[in-house]
Amino acid sequence: MNLKPETFQRIDEVITHYPVKRSATLPLLHLVQEDAGYISEDAILWIAQKLDLQPINVLEVVTFYPMFRRAPIGRRHIKVCRTLSCALLGGYKTCETFQEEFKTTLGATSPCGEVTVDFVECLASCGTAPVVLIDEVLHEKVDAATARQISAGIRAEATARQ
Amino acid sequence: MPAPAQTRVIFKHIDEAGYTNDLGCYLRHGGYETLKKSVARPPADLIEEVKKSGLRGRGGAGFPCGVKWSLVDRKSGKPIYLIVNADESEPGTFKDRYIMHQDPHQLIEGTIISCFANNVKQAYIYIRGEMPEGARILEKAIAEARAANFVGPNILGTGYSCEIYVHRGAGAYICGEETGLIESLEGKRANPRIKPPYFPAVLGLYQCPTIVNNVETLCQVKHIADIGGEAYGKTGTPGNTGTRIFCVSGHVQRPGYYEFPAGTITMGQLLNEVCGGPLPGRTFKAVIPGGSSAKVLRFGERYKGKRKVGAEMVDYDWGVEDVPMDFDSLAMIGSMGGSGGVIVMDDSVNMVEALANINAFYQHESCGQCTPCREGSLWMKKISSRMVHGDARKEDAALLKSVADQIPGRTICAFGEACSWPTQSFLIKFKDEFEGYAEAKKSLPADRLALV
Repeated sequence: MNLKPETFQRIDEVITHYPVKRSATLPLLHLVQEDAGYISEDAILWIAQKLDLQPINVLEVVTFYPMFRRAPIGRRHIKVCRTLSCALLGGYKTCETFQEEFKTTLGATSPCGEVTVDFVECLASCGTAPVVLIDEVLHEKVDAATARQISAGIRAEATARQ
Repeated sequence: MPAPAQTRVIFKHIDEAGYTNDLGCYLRHGGYETLKKSVARPPADLIEEVKKSGLRGRGGAGFPCGVKWSLVDRKSGKPIYLIVNADESEPGTFKDRYIMHQDPHQLIEGTIISCFANNVKQAYIYIRGEMPEGARILEKAIAEARAANFVGPNILGTGYSCEIYVHRGAGAYICGEETGLIESLEGKRANPRIKPPYFPAVLGLYQCPTIVNNVETLCQVKHIADIGGEAYGKTGTPGNTGTRIFCVSGHVQRPGYYEFPAGTITMGQLLNEVCGGPLPGRTFKAVIPGGSSAKVLRFGERYKGKRKVGAEMVDYDWGVEDVPMDFDSLAMIGSMGGSGGVIVMDDSVNMVEALANINAFYQHESCGQCTPCREGSLWMKKISSRMVHGDARKEDAALLKSVADQIPGRTICAFGEACSWPTQSFLIKFKDEFEGYAEAKKSLPADRLALV
């Protein structure tokens, strides 16, 4: 596995948190995904070996939990809350706006490679609906206008990088 | 009657200017003093205080916390585990998020006190995968507490040791169900376990006795250990003690979180006075009182019956606005207090479309191991989505109801109830709207707010 040295360190550390190695499956998947961007076939085999499991034990976990992905995505992951409280205050419009801004469709990566827009279920911030989780940062009260502002910010940051 | 004043106990420092989530700030506000007092007492005393307090779990079921603790198998000789259920996922609920982000040491202190009381040496905080920042804050706070000898080996020189680790979920609602959570913590799919025999108190994590408590519940325990169970029980009403945090979302002027002595505020006071009433030009149509699985209440309907007040039975005749927001009253009128997530819908909402949104959630979140739930939640979603996006038929109302009626009581965990209660209650209370949807749809504006 090609991971950063500190990822390997954190992996070895987190395994010590549990009396049974298998418990470290989710933590390891998170660490690998944060480092490599997604869970590859190799990653599944490697984690299985690391935790003395069969590869199927890891694969079945990957396919069960929505946060793990089997393929790379855009540079940023825009997750718009789809559930009732957000929908009541325009969550669908917010999601549509992000898709229009980046000329992409739900679940697909934008042609510029900058973002992947997804709907997710309740993000537990219903009082500040509609909410959007971009990578690890929660944005609150994101109406269509705010979604356009955020998109412009992402594009500006992308231009500055080039 | 005007609404009572908020009593902020658990949310005392939430949104307080200058209050930060580091150890120094917590200590300046009297933090960990309760832990110091508690570890000097016999653990059995603390359990007794919690029993006396009448504290009911704040995760959704409202099960008495002291009873939960007393069910733990202490004779097997196996280690006892405590898991903090921080998988806050019930749509409409958003209280634990603020505790963990803004006041993590309150949770850690409550957790260690609970661990000490129950002779737990290892605790895990199972936090939602979608709260990476919360996980980092908790990890930092635990490290601070460990450095100050509040967590880890030989806590405060007592010879008692307890470790806490943070464990992140990965986006599955079912991990909020305690046996699903345990499976997940063991590194597996979160398929809930069948009870009996797998009661967590006896056969939980690694087949050892395990206590699973919600974030807010453990913070309440800290408060009980501080002031004593009897004093705690004086807040609120008999059977519904302490404070309750309500999370209000949807169509009100001031959504947010509000903490009140349990059972002292009615739905009307909460929505009209505390939350400022409906949006301009709108009227309330429906409210879901305890997270999206709770049965919906329709404004305008009346609830009648007899209830116990003290030793006497008295008649009650309530509108939605009159219902006291406690576990028992809400159960009495056929819904539940659940997790305290109150979702409000005004007259702009079409109930078929709102239900289609909820059904999509439950279909997405069913773990899939029991056929009635897996297939039933899927068909409820398919039918309600088709009504909105395709052809709606008058008989869809009865069809939806018949699918929903075949799920509850036929599944391993309570998800079967959770996914069918919305459909059952929407169909009973808004039957006309479902049967008339095919006609009504023709005149609904095409650019209306999309809910599904």
